[in-house]
Amino acid sequence: MKFVLPALAATAAFIAPTFAEARQVTFETALKTYGGNGAYVVLYVTDAAGKYKGTLWMAGGKAKYYRHLSDWQRASGGRPTEIDGITGASVGSGKTLKISLDIADAMINAGYQVHVDTAVEDGMDNPSEVVAPLDTSASGKAVPGKGYVKSFSVTF
Amino acid sequence: MLRRLHSLPGIMLALGLAVVTLTGAMLSVEPVLDRLAAPEIAHGTSVATLAEAVAARHQSIDSIRKRADGSITVAFSDGDVNGVERIDPTTGAGLGPYRISAASRFMTNLHRSFLAGDAGRAAAGTGALAMLVLTASGMMMLARRLGGWRALLRPIQGTPAQRWHGALGRLAAAGLVLSSLTGMWMSASTFGFIPESQVAAPAVVASGGVPAPVGTLAALKSVDVADLRELTFPAPDDRLDTYSLRTSAGEARIDMATGAQLAFMPATALDRLQDLIRMLHTGRGAWVLGLWLGVSSLAVPVLGVTGIVLWWRRRAARPRITMNVSARTADTVILVGSEGNSTWGFAATLHAALTVAGHRVHTAAMNELAPVYASAERLLILTATHGDGAAPASASKFLARLATMKKPVPVTVLGFGDRNFAHFCRFAEEVSAAFTARGWPWLLPMKRIDRRSAQEFAQWGQDLGAVLGHDLVLTHVAERPKTVTLELAEREDYGVAVGAPVAILRFHGAGAGAKASRLPSFEAGDLVGILPPGDPMPRFYSLASSTRDGVLEICVRLREGGLCSTFLHALEPGDRIEAYVRENPAFRPAKGRGPLILIGAGAGIGPLAGFVRANDAGRPVHLYWGGRSAASDFLYEHELAQHLAERRLTSLNTAFSRGPNGGAYIQDRLAADAPRLRELIRQGAQILVCGGRDMAQAVTLALDTVVQPLGLDLATLKSAGRYVEDVY
Repeated sequence: MKFVLPALAATAAFIAPTFAEARQVTFETALKTYGGNGAYVVLYVTDAAGKYKGTLWMAGGKAKYYRHLSDWQRASGGRPTEIDGITGASVGSGKTLKISLDIADAMINAGYQVHVDTAVEDGMDNPSEVVAPLDTSASGKAVPGKGYVKSFSVTF
Repeated sequence: MLRRLHSLPGIMLALGLAVVTLTGAMLSVEPVLDRLAAPEIAHGTSVATLAEAVAARHQSIDSIRKRADGSITVAFSDGDVNGVERIDPTTGAGLGPYRISAASRFMTNLHRSFLAGDAGRAAAGTGALAMLVLTASGMMMLARRLGGWRALLRPIQGTPAQRWHGALGRLAAAGLVLSSLTGMWMSASTFGFIPESQVAAPAVVASGGVPAPVGTLAALKSVDVADLRELTFPAPDDRLDTYSLRTSAGEARIDMATGAQLAFMPATALDRLQDLIRMLHTGRGAWVLGLWLGVSSLAVPVLGVTGIVLWWRRRAARPRITMNVSARTADTVILVGSEGNSTWGFAATLHAALTVAGHRVHTAAMNELAPVYASAERLLILTATHGDGAAPASASKFLARLATMKKPVPVTVLGFGDRNFAHFCRFAEEVSAAFTARGWPWLLPMKRIDRRSAQEFAQWGQDLGAVLGHDLVLTHVAERPKTVTLELAEREDYGVAVGAPVAILRFHGAGAGAKASRLPSFEAGDLVGILPPGDPMPRFYSLASSTRDGVLEICVRLREGGLCSTFLHALEPGDRIEAYVRENPAFRPAKGRGPLILIGAGAGIGPLAGFVRANDAGRPVHLYWGGRSAASDFLYEHELAQHLAERRLTSLNTAFSRGPNGGAYIQDRLAADAPRLRELIRQGAQILVCGGRDMAQAVTLALDTVVQPLGLDLATLKSAGRYVEDVY
């Protein structure tokens, strides 16, 4: 599963004024073969102090299930505007969600962190099951999640 | 219209609905199994106590939740691993990981989305709507057929497919309405057509103090585990976060240090309605209801199959009319009254010829008469007559509908019948009289066609062409019904000595061994159409046997100059005939164990003897039969004696016109037996009469007198299906 987005699709915090000041970043979330219905997966960014900055991608289309992504819900307030235009289908068991976004240079190597919340119907809710730095030194390095995420990597 | 609304979506959606309802029926068992596996949670344990016990076993807890299946689960995080386990609702002890079985998940997904995501969900939701439409239209049709909503529980007459379809539909209707309404609601809710209750989360200010052990929190101590929906723990490293406790009453925020309730958001009416609808649809929390819905769902595949059978038979029974334009745009409207389907064949010929001549023609059944013929310049009625002058099946509502027509157009009526019958084209005459009475102009005077004469039909076509101002050549080739070849197995002859030869003829499929043709499917009282050599017009005889007897048996009186009876009486064992079966569901004993009064004369005993033979259940059956002479034409004498001995037949009353003391007729026996007959009718007896027209009239007169003291008349009994005739 691969989503390649133009810079404008990402939320305001990440829009770079020109392409020269941005860099394409690929986020790859591989799920375990947990054998259930498609997982809701949300990627969002907090600053060094843990303050919510914005959402990168929401995989899962039905708003009524968003409360199961509890950290994201708490941090973002769960407002529809937070994910306007960056919503896709839920991710199946054993599948990989790959998204590429243009991220402003100012966001990189500045202490920002990417969080991944996941939830599956009749299964687990995993708030912040992955927390990874937006740091070029960790480029391509796969980290495991605590719930449904087998591995998560950010490639610059 | 109602029928089209019922059958079109029914056929198109039958397969999909079968999937949804079969999976639904399987899922309906789950609440029962869940209930057995996890008994209802007993009161007496507080949420605080349970949370304390669970917290002692795990590093950190995300939430404790009551699942739809009634079990309590805890979502925890131990080090780098998250997990969900079932717990004992009183002790908090772990009962192993919580997993929904793959089979159950598969069934659920098949049920709600055909395993096809949102498109499948939309299809399932549409299916729920279709099921509602089908149930409602089906019940309306059934009520109409049985004579109104009050008569809805009456026994259903008709072919087995009709009876099953009606009876099952009636049983399942309430469950299907509930399932489809709640299913539609849930589908609409999934797609966001029903607003989620938007209660803004109140701003809460946590004390920020040192977290207290969960078992000490006052607000959790006051809530029983039986009332718990979900308890969400605060984020591990956020002191300003709170516990969130959901019960059916609403959601509370609880301070993790003080245990005080900081805020409470009561459940809205919409929340409660959602919960109720989910329960009504899934049966979770109401397993008896769930099972009932499941059983109702099981009827749907059967309804689909029988429905398609009925639709197919109706369709196959009608010749195809090509280039049938819509009723609104046609300049010429042809309406057909037909009991079998031969009149449709004439209509098709007329339709084709008029279309060639440049007309826009619409052909439909007479029952479909409606004030929609906006462009019609003429109306052509082609109708047969059923039985003793009654309306044929496809015209039964015509006269009532005619009364509502406001805009007369020039009309003509073509009646089909047989001059040998007493009331030749009587229904066509009735229709003509109704048109005249209502002041419709005549395009052509009414004309009768004797015994499907292609010549007379062609002549009428010339007359019609002359009025329309162009040639109209009607070349009608009668469609031969699909026949089977039968071989005479044996015959018994009676009545030769009294000048009224009657033969009991028994046929089996022609040929021997594997190549032998099979008998068609029939029951006693159905009709067999026999084509005498050299005449395309079939003659109908009532069947005295059913398929399971292994023979096709008829009782035939030799008529002077009768083409078919002469042919049949000349048959020797081994000789062959061409025949086909026509169902006659109207002339059949009603289901149940109520008494039957069978009345017949002469060869009319055929189907009655068949009814007696089939009476293995031993319901009370009283046979009144009249012949000429006990010595010569006592048909079925030995068989009936055996039925009496074996209690298939309760009593036998005979009358012989050439008997002692000047003889007697069957109506004399009825009059003499009046008290007993009255008692039987009081008990709900059904009367079946088979025989010649004169006898039937005499019987009617005699019985009217019999039932009068009961405050009844034959018309009432007839309309209730308790007095049925097969008269020739």
